[in-house]
Amino acid sequence: MNRSYLFVPGNNPSMIQNADVFGADAVIFDLEDSVHVNEKDNARSLVRDYLATHPVLPKKIVIRMNAMNTPFYEADLNHLLSDRIDAILLPKARRDDIVLLTNIMKQICSKKRLIKPINIIALVDLASSLLEVESIVAIDGVEGVLFGAEDFASDMEIKRSETGEEIFYPRARIACACKAYGIEAIDTPYTDVLNDEGLIQDAQKAQGLGMTGKAAIHPRQIEAIHTVFSPSKDQILWARKVLQALKEAKDKGLGVFSLDGKMIDKPIIERAKTIIHKAHIYGSVTHDE
Amino acid sequence: MKIGIAGTLESNDVLITVRESDTLKIDIHSVVDLLFHDQIDAVIRKTLAEKKIDKIEVLCEDRGALDYTIRARLLTALKRMEAV
Amino acid sequence: MMNNSLGRKVSHPKPPFSGSESYRDKQRTRIPTKSQNAQPQFVTSLDRAFDLLHIRDHMTLSFHHHLRSGDFLINQVAELLIQKGISAIHLAPSSIFPQYLLGPLIDKGIVHHLYTSYLNGPLSQQIRSQKLKGDLIMQTHGGRARAIESGELQIDVAFLSCPVVDRQGNGSGAFGKSACGTLGYALSDMYYAKKVVLVTDTIVDRLDRFQFEGRYVDMVVQVPSIGDPKGIVSGTTRITRDPIGLKIATQTARILDHLGVIKEGFSMQTGAGGTSLATADQIRQLMLTQQVRGSFASGGITRHYVDMLKQGLFSKLYDVQCFDLQAVESYHQNENHIGISASKYGNPFEDHPIVNDLDVVILGATEIDIDFNVNVTTDSFGNIIGGSGGHADTAYGAKITVITSPLARARIPLIKEHVRTITTPGENIDILVTERGIAINPRRADLIDKLAGSPFNIRPIKDLMDLQHQISGIPHEILDGNHPVGYVEYRDGTIIDTLYCSR
Repeated sequence: MNRSYLFVPGNNPSMIQNADVFGADAVIFDLEDSVHVNEKDNARSLVRDYLATHPVLPKKIVIRMNAMNTPFYEADLNHLLSDRIDAILLPKARRDDIVLLTNIMKQICSKKRLIKPINIIALVDLASSLLEVESIVAIDGVEGVLFGAEDFASDMEIKRSETGEEIFYPRARIACACKAYGIEAIDTPYTDVLNDEGLIQDAQKAQGLGMTGKAAIHPRQIEAIHTVFSPSKDQILWARKVLQALKEAKDKGLGVFSLDGKMIDKPIIERAKTIIHKAHIYGSVTHDE
Repeated sequence: MKIGIAGTLESNDVLITVRESDTLKIDIHSVVDLLFHDQIDAVIRKTLAEKKIDKIEVLCEDRGALDYTIRARLLTALKRMEAV
Repeated sequence: MMNNSLGRKVSHPKPPFSGSESYRDKQRTRIPTKSQNAQPQFVTSLDRAFDLLHIRDHMTLSFHHHLRSGDFLINQVAELLIQKGISAIHLAPSSIFPQYLLGPLIDKGIVHHLYTSYLNGPLSQQIRSQKLKGDLIMQTHGGRARAIESGELQIDVAFLSCPVVDRQGNGSGAFGKSACGTLGYALSDMYYAKKVVLVTDTIVDRLDRFQFEGRYVDMVVQVPSIGDPKGIVSGTTRITRDPIGLKIATQTARILDHLGVIKEGFSMQTGAGGTSLATADQIRQLMLTQQVRGSFASGGITRHYVDMLKQGLFSKLYDVQCFDLQAVESYHQNENHIGISASKYGNPFEDHPIVNDLDVVILGATEIDIDFNVNVTTDSFGNIIGGSGGHADTAYGAKITVITSPLARARIPLIKEHVRTITTPGENIDILVTERGIAINPRRADLIDKLAGSPFNIRPIKDLMDLQHQISGIPHEILDGNHPVGYVEYRDGTIIDTLYCSR
């Protein structure tokens, strides 16, 4: 599970070549909103050549293509689909578009003889997208949903607020749908870049509803996002206790057991295992000791 | 006269202007000229060779761009020139 | 020509560098302090002062740079030297900013030798084109004080601008229309120059607190204005917003925390650049969280340090230079904001120079090599863009010396096989923090041990150099010419490197 997705504007060499430095779990090279309509061709070339030749690259690479109702997306796919990328982020994601996109990608990947499968992350930023989220997550090849609150609020003609009550419902619905299909639910970026406290609270709201990660629009946001979406010290301690108790129960030949007066059954054991697993993967980047 | 322009004069970027010509002319102005001139020249030539272009005028105004940036901006400038 | 202990060729009569500890084998020598007066002479023009002092050929004239790029005095003296046809002058301004119009003095052969701790601007070109008849000697702040007190740098007349002077000739920089704060760089000049001239635009009856002592002052010149306040404070000193700089700052603060540096009573110094201030800010936050009170911070002081003093995060500030108005104000009002002389700051022969009490110093570099030698004197093209200032002094004295820098700036790599100019020897440099990794000097087995198993991305310095080469390519080596145009004088008076003409 990737906790942070850092957006990097696709026409900015300074930012592109530093993309890997900040320790984000994934980087989204953007060909869409952060690139002017007259510079789409520049951005495609730049991101492609960077990915093809740069000696250090981010751990996970996502390309945000232009939406399928624009004249840009085909060139985006033709230029950027390669063995270097892990996923394509589709804005204004609708179920039918994703099916179409999957087919187009198959054709291009086949023509280019690409071996590594490239997945899709659906950017849900419209009311109509949200309504289709259950069928979107069910499509083979969709590895995650990114929630875009600013465009969503625009589409809904509602105001965005600091506390985010207006996006509680889409966050929860997306989190549930993604959980049901075992894929990632990525929260919208927090736009007040200098407000560290605000970012943490916003991220905690998303995490509290079951979202698995958050987009970042500035490198300084990454660490706080990692802290929120990584298991806490307390959680890790608890998980270790559970697994230790499990081991002891097994040694005694016991099937079920209790810990601190509570029955520990399979879902709880699985939860504990997931926490330890995450703690290991993230171990080097959190400052939880 | 067909020309194509791509890139910017921001730090780490390059502004490439290509112009139709009946000779091959490469003009490099770089803030790191004394350190990387040959390398910048080589990237430009290699990219032109790939595109089988041997007659063109390239003006390169460089602010410390890496190879991939020079190549990308040049390719875009060439495309833009063709699209005119 | 012979090689010094770092393998650099030097051909100066002064001894070659032989290690940063070699000063311990030498004795402190001091010439007698200058003659004292009951009362200085008061005049109302520099021209008159020139005549009264018989400024003539072959004299050594000195200046301080506390008014920075807003200084009027040095340009006025330059103008007078030209007007009066004086020649073969040795000029010893403690720093040279681009706004100091010394170019004609070099062209016309009026100035033969230049002694300074910092040089930036068009003079670099002239000197590298061999227009200077004599040598450029680049010193450290502490080393300049040592050179003056020992008589190596014999000053005939010290022209010292001074914001406020009283009727007894005492002088202060703490307040007044051209207030610049502490005047610490000028104190050695005041004690040892043959003649001391204070140049001021504000005369008062009596100063109760002052740094320039009237008994050493021969003359006070009153002029309409000694400088432009806008140029005096070096502009807004701001914490960087660049994400790379912020990452470096955060990593630096954390590694120092891990090493146990940030603890009750610790002391530190940083530069005043954007990344340095970001690092100081990160350390400040750690100090607040851990409720640590440091003993002192030193160096060029900005409002960020003034705030930390006010917040009780440090007990004292030892100030060598005020960089902004808040620092000037704090120096004036706060008795724990203490101005110190360049000698007490960094002269290796002082009993307890401040630099020796530093737990950590955080510095910059234009280049660093795989032996950890640092260059802050020239850039990768060979231009003279700075000079040690307090770099070599603090690097020697501090228990831990950290260099912070990105691996490359606009494609120009930081790490070389050999730096073009050695300002500070590698033996005094402990840690390099870049955005792509941290290198520890192999000499510091203690730090390597403490950091073993830690989450920091620690790499051999050569690996970081190779990594940047992979990213940006290996730069063409820009060779210097063969003719020396100057020398880098280490704080103990030995020659650590040579400056060459351009090819």
